[in-house]
Amino acid sequence: MAVLIDKNTRVLVQGITGREGEFHTRQMLDYGTQVVAGVTPGKGGQEVLGVPVFDTVKQAVSATGADASVIFVPAPFAADAVLEAADAGIRLIVCITEGIPVQDMVKTVALVRQKGVRLIGPNCPGMMTAGQCKIGIMPGNIFTPGPVGLISRSGTLTYEIVDLLTKAGLGQSTCIGIGGDPVLGSTFVDLLPLFEEDPDTQAVVLVGEIGGSDEEIAAEYIRTMRKPVIGFISGRTAPPGKRMGHAGAIISGRTGTPQAKVDALRSAGVPVADALYEIPALVKQALTNRT
Amino acid sequence: MKIHEYQAKEVLARYGVAVPRGRVASTPEEARAIAQELGGRVVVKAQVHAGGRGKAGGIRLADTPEQAEQHARALIGSRLVTPQAPQGVPVHKVLVEEAISIAQEYYLGITLDRARQRDVVMVSAMGGMDIEQVAEEHPDAIVKVWVEPWQGLMPYQARQALYDAGIAREAVSTATRFLLALYKAYVGSDASLAEINPFVLTTDGQCLAADAKLNIDDNALFRHPEFGEYKEESEEDPIEAEAHRRGIQYVRLGGDIGIIGNGAGLVMSTLDEVSRAGGKPANFLDIGGGAKADLVRNALEIVLMDPNVKGVLFNVFGGITRGDEVAKGILEGIHSLQVQVPIVIRLAGTRAEEGLALLQGTGLIPAVTMQEAARKIVEVTR
Repeated sequence: MAVLIDKNTRVLVQGITGREGEFHTRQMLDYGTQVVAGVTPGKGGQEVLGVPVFDTVKQAVSATGADASVIFVPAPFAADAVLEAADAGIRLIVCITEGIPVQDMVKTVALVRQKGVRLIGPNCPGMMTAGQCKIGIMPGNIFTPGPVGLISRSGTLTYEIVDLLTKAGLGQSTCIGIGGDPVLGSTFVDLLPLFEEDPDTQAVVLVGEIGGSDEEIAAEYIRTMRKPVIGFISGRTAPPGKRMGHAGAIISGRTGTPQAKVDALRSAGVPVADALYEIPALVKQALTNRT
Repeated sequence: MKIHEYQAKEVLARYGVAVPRGRVASTPEEARAIAQELGGRVVVKAQVHAGGRGKAGGIRLADTPEQAEQHARALIGSRLVTPQAPQGVPVHKVLVEEAISIAQEYYLGITLDRARQRDVVMVSAMGGMDIEQVAEEHPDAIVKVWVEPWQGLMPYQARQALYDAGIAREAVSTATRFLLALYKAYVGSDASLAEINPFVLTTDGQCLAADAKLNIDDNALFRHPEFGEYKEESEEDPIEAEAHRRGIQYVRLGGDIGIIGNGAGLVMSTLDEVSRAGGKPANFLDIGGGAKADLVRNALEIVLMDPNVKGVLFNVFGGITRGDEVAKGILEGIHSLQVQVPIVIRLAGTRAEEGLALLQGTGLIPAVTMQEAARKIVEVTR
């Protein structure tokens, strides 16, 4: 079934009546995603693009059987929205919202992990299973079904890479943007095992960036994987101590440097592309070596 | 957001963290008046964000109010050159504080441990030195405890960490209260870092924050109107300050090629690509998702405020951002700002063709891929 989502996934949109929520609901519907419900407190009973709106996630779940949720709620209320979805029994929550206070996420992530709920993001573009289901804001037209999985800390960089892959004749299985914040619901190492187990995925592209040590931790896991992983790290020339757009993209002291990440991945046998356009060739080579 | 020492101490004091008596001064005369009021010996401390202040002469002892005034006169308006800021940082204010008599210097720090996704409290008996150096040379000298997110730092954890770190036994109960107050301040002010170095045990048995560093999570500023007045002073670069006023993510990098793109990762990669082509990026600028023409025009204006910029590279991969909107913004910018420098533009994704059509015949240099764009901008600015 690809990773986490497929054509049977029933999606709920929290914040569906907002500008972003409504715009992307339309895009998701156009892609063929089953958007079955929306939630905006106080607007229950309305419809948005033919999708019924409920006041609470609990009501939406019991009425529609939604099993995944995507959050477009503004930052001050987003952590609460994640907790509401988790409490209502949603198993997969994708939080698009940018700018959530770190302390809110520390608490929220601890709780969803304890409940065994999968959270993607926040501050992420969402995820796609090519040709089946799109949850979030990725532009659907650049994707094409195929054997390459992708996990990325960046949004637009993901589009750039997917576009390169598609143009090189390499389709995608599932692509997940995990987000640019320092505290994320799912890190590389949380998701790599799902790609390792997924029969539709033959190789994985891992797109990291400066800040934190998630790439180094991922490298340790990759040593145990059967499927090939191809890496890319952005921010190779970023100066220390400066936050490069993403709240999580900052080199502090000796942690988070691009060289440490590249070294860790290479020592785990991962080919790391120095430039984006090298990625498709590395993927092709990895797929050839495998067969 | 980084705030100054005097601001950090104001915040900490509100949460019951013990700090030396003192106040901030913007003029030498004020410094003298504060020293007079405090009585006795004082320290005059330059308020800058760069570390290594003491060694650079930014912290001076004064025995009399006259001397405090002299020190303040020497510091205010000067540029302090530290190992972390070799080009020097301007000093606008000094903190005038009672001099304390130090028995022991320790270290306390609270920050986010990203890998464990929770806050970590650090205690060390090796205070008053660069903590990163301590971490490197004596990792065992730093005791760490991790805080359960829904529970907070418990008194026993604070006590245990202080005992384990080798803090003077007679000081542990005072230090425990201090550390718990510091944690309360860290959480209450949505800090991303709270650091007391040195954390001082005085000869008369008090625990005091001799220095204090507090960084605030930018994402949480919406619920801290009280930090509004600190925001302006946290900016050191005037162009960065102006960009942030306009809601634009901009970081000045010191080169001569202006960079504008959408999405932090894509912009970072564009910087990397320009560097690989032999160029030096002047800045990082992310117009974000779904930018309208007006924002694009603003972005161009910000980038061109840097007098070193010899050319500008636009790299936009449209998802929600539309290529035609970006092109409109560039055209508006070129006309209203009378742009003299060459502009290379690479548009891909949503409505890229419409955008490129709008830009035809305008003298802008088109590029199809990111690497071609990087090569071209380096060529034309050489």
